[in-house]
Amino acid sequence: MIQLTNLTKRYGKFTAVNEISLEIPAGTLYGLLGPNGAGKTTTMRMIAGILRPTSGTVTVAGYDVVRQPMEAKQRLGFIPDRPFVYDKLTGAEFLRFVAGLYGQSGSEVDRRSDELLELFELTPWKHELTESYSHGMRQKLIISSALVHRPEVIVVDEPMVGLDPKSARLLKDILRHFVGRGGTVLMSTHTLEIAEVMCDQIGIVFAGQIAAAGTMDKIREQTASGDASLEELFLKLTGGLTERELSAVLGS
Amino acid sequence: MPSSAAELGARGPGLDRVLFPKWRSVIARFARERSGAGARVLLLLLIGGGFWLGAFGIFYRVLKYLGTTPDIGALLAGRILSMILLAFGSILLLSNLVTALSTFFLAKDLDMLVSAPVDWARLYLAKLIETMIHSSWMVVLMLVPILTAYAVVYRGGPLFPLAALGALIPFFALPTVIGSAITLILVNIFPARRARDLLSLVAIGAVGGVALFLRFLRPEQLSRPEGFRNLVDFVAELRTPTHPLMPSDWAANAIMNWLQHVADPLPLMLLWSTAAAFIVMGASLHSRLYPGGFSKAQEGADKYVGGPRWQAWMAGLLRRLPVTRREFILKDLRVFFRDTTQWSQLILLAVLLIVYVFNIRALPLYTGERLPYMLITLVVFLNQGLAGFVLAAIAARFIFPSVSLEGRQLWLLKSSPLDLRAMLWSKYWVGTGPLLVVALTITVITNDILRASPFMMFLSVVTIACYTMAAGALALSLGVLYPQFDTENAAQIPTSFGGLVFMMSAILLLAGIIVIEARPVAAHLQAYQMGQETTPFSADLWWAVARVFGLCALATLYPLQRSLRRLQALEV
Repeated sequence: MIQLTNLTKRYGKFTAVNEISLEIPAGTLYGLLGPNGAGKTTTMRMIAGILRPTSGTVTVAGYDVVRQPMEAKQRLGFIPDRPFVYDKLTGAEFLRFVAGLYGQSGSEVDRRSDELLELFELTPWKHELTESYSHGMRQKLIISSALVHRPEVIVVDEPMVGLDPKSARLLKDILRHFVGRGGTVLMSTHTLEIAEVMCDQIGIVFAGQIAAAGTMDKIREQTASGDASLEELFLKLTGGLTERELSAVLGS
Repeated sequence: MPSSAAELGARGPGLDRVLFPKWRSVIARFARERSGAGARVLLLLLIGGGFWLGAFGIFYRVLKYLGTTPDIGALLAGRILSMILLAFGSILLLSNLVTALSTFFLAKDLDMLVSAPVDWARLYLAKLIETMIHSSWMVVLMLVPILTAYAVVYRGGPLFPLAALGALIPFFALPTVIGSAITLILVNIFPARRARDLLSLVAIGAVGGVALFLRFLRPEQLSRPEGFRNLVDFVAELRTPTHPLMPSDWAANAIMNWLQHVADPLPLMLLWSTAAAFIVMGASLHSRLYPGGFSKAQEGADKYVGGPRWQAWMAGLLRRLPVTRREFILKDLRVFFRDTTQWSQLILLAVLLIVYVFNIRALPLYTGERLPYMLITLVVFLNQGLAGFVLAAIAARFIFPSVSLEGRQLWLLKSSPLDLRAMLWSKYWVGTGPLLVVALTITVITNDILRASPFMMFLSVVTIACYTMAAGALALSLGVLYPQFDTENAAQIPTSFGGLVFMMSAILLLAGIIVIEARPVAAHLQAYQMGQETTPFSADLWWAVARVFGLCALATLYPLQRSLRRLQALEV
């Protein structure tokens, strides 16, 4: 459903994403992990059509994001890490506007918007301007907007940031349910426990490249790590500070 | 506890440390602007230099002229300076009201500063200095050529800039302290965002009022042959706003004392002691009200949603449009009319149009004498240029920022299957449609006031319609080519470099149109004078109209195509 082939993004001399190739089949929840600045967000923004690849291709549901952007984006729902919405629109108006961007309108959209707002417990605020929303409420509104047009693929960057435990649990259930019905989710997260529990497959990005990819068992096999946890695998692949180094930094 | 934190002392970091991020940002911005932007700097220097030279020239001539009357010349020069400072002081008071709201309550660095162990007095002084610089720099730039003219005419000497600064720094501090204090009180009464709306409205209304007031004083009377006498009357009549307790008078007296070599330290002492007293009082108020006000500012966001009736009416009106375009237009209208900082600019637009129509009415054309047809035709023809300039200014304010204002939401537009042509189309018509109505209305009204002939009325209406369509496209396109995605205040976007490029392009287009049409109009007048003409609608005229149409079509379509390509390639 999502296919990346030799995907590269350069900013001048700096290579943010270096020849990443990845295939995520339909009905998969794929977790993209990596330290800050590894290239996860850049990769996701290229899949969403916000950034243009320097080289390589991205296809979503069989459509090339650069050559057939309308077809690819019609099937995609993108949830960014920072919830920027129009401050002067109400929650309900924002969802209607987003549906309009996907060419959808009418009572079906209103019904679907109401369902999503109810699901995320935003109904009491649906007629209030989003500038009065908290960070978490905005995040929930953006998640709703990514679902309002019934996408086949969801790309979600750091979905749990700002969500209360109840909403985080709800989102986990929604994403699992979505995948269970044949949808595809590509999710980046720093919460390794969530990735370990939720994801069918995992890709660990380091310095713009895929350091390891596949199921947990496959990654353990690739790295000869026995029954190591995801945290141990992550630190092994991306290089974590030793206890002695931490003590030096903290000055104790 | 780390020793470095303990060593910081009970009062926390010094003023220089609190202001460190601000001045480092200014240096970084200058460094960024300097690299690879030679043409931009050159253009800004040319325009800035042109303005300075123009302002210097006018004041130099006026002061020289006043200098020829030894008895009252210096008195009048001092009075003019006092009036200028009074006007600038009033503008500064309004500007400080709005700026203080951002710097003291809404700035992004406040969370960090308030949570850090920064002494309240240092925070107050740092924010006061920041507010003063933000709101006063433009006034300082405008004062430079004026004070230079004073210095040259009255031989101020090389130390004059220091003397002027000695008077102006406390003079600028006063409106900053007063403005900040009023804002502090307002924020404690209203939520900060509601207070911002209120203040923007008051500030813009006041600026509009001042512009109308000054226009209705009919300053053009000063240009009559008996002008000097009128000037004396004019200044005498305007003596009422001045007062011995006015800081503008003290500042003007301090500067004039230096220029006339009068050793009277009283005005300077008054300025500095008053400024110091006000800063102490402001700090005292700050220590009492700021914690509560800052806390309230974090709570207050606007929940009010108005205008369901017009929305339903508009949605009905647009129902035949494709859904994406309809929703885009509705979104743009909602965002515009719910943002006070944006719609309140309509007050300024109304003032601009009233002043423009008033100017046309004030032209001394129909004073009882029989006027030649030629003169009227010429004035109507040149009125096109004036109307074109006014329309360009409106387009710069309302159409140029429209894409920049999408800034932070571009992720949504770029990741959705939105055809960017639809977005450009919606933004073009949301801006250009009303502009076209304004353009045709002012053209018809001013032509009617001027009693234009049917020939000139036809030519003006066709020309201004074509020009408006092109100016709208140029404004939108240059807004895409020179976007300001990081600026949250729409009013600041037109003053950017791109805004300047747009104004120059629009003026160039206007000049091109006037050059094309000058020939058939001249031919028509010549034939009229010689009594040879049967109809003004000659082949020459139609050819000129066709060329204007072609030029405007080119100035509409080419920039829109360029901006579409730019939008498609844009990465956010």
